[in-house]
Amino acid sequence: MRTNDVMLQTATKVVTFIILMFAVHIFFAGHYTPGGGFVGGLLTASAIVLLMLSFDIETVNKILPFNYVTMTAIGLLLAIATAAASIIFDVPFFTHAYDYFDLPLFGETSLHSAMLFDAGVYLVVVGVTMTIIQTIGEDE
Amino acid sequence: MMMFYWISLIVVSIGFTGLLFRLVKGPTIADRVVALDAIGISLVSIVALLSLITETEYFLEIILLLSILSFIGTIAFAKFLERGEIFDRNNNR
Repeated sequence: MRTNDVMLQTATKVVTFIILMFAVHIFFAGHYTPGGGFVGGLLTASAIVLLMLSFDIETVNKILPFNYVTMTAIGLLLAIATAAASIIFDVPFFTHAYDYFDLPLFGETSLHSAMLFDAGVYLVVVGVTMTIIQTIGEDE
Repeated sequence: MMMFYWISLIVVSIGFTGLLFRLVKGPTIADRVVALDAIGISLVSIVALLSLITETEYFLEIILLLSILSFIGTIAFAKFLERGEIFDRNNNR
């Protein structure tokens, strides 16, 4: 049965970008304000879920051609690599480092290596959530 | 001014109780879904008033988060009620 949900699809095309921008904001603001990799990953997954609700699974897989299992593996690898990189500098496992840099657009910014670990958490959360939802949603 | 926030909080809570009544009693499922959607909106206003009362601005992200989750949940419920399944495999066939 073909149904015409043009209002839902048009609203989704606007709202998805707002949710994705909010997810990126919450991911980067996690060091000083509430938020972080977990909430940002869940928000990104919910934006993709909203796309899947208003379109269909095959279209979303065509416009976002990610293999979510590989994404989970890359996230775990990133977290382990951030933790293991401290061994190279002769400090204990999981020691983080930070410094202040002069970036061209942002001015003086403090970059912390915990952000890379958080990026790993983000990728794992998005990958696991989307794997669960795709596996449940795809059976006929 | 703080008295005004407390009065607003009490009024919103009374509205919340009415929505809970509709959620429990509602004859059809659509009544319950609309009640849940409005409960989400009431929660947003309760969080806003609480962040005014406690004088913190760290709750403001929860407001946006709650409204996004309420929106997606209502759409999922509505699609389940209309078609019987939430995710289509392919729309065009």
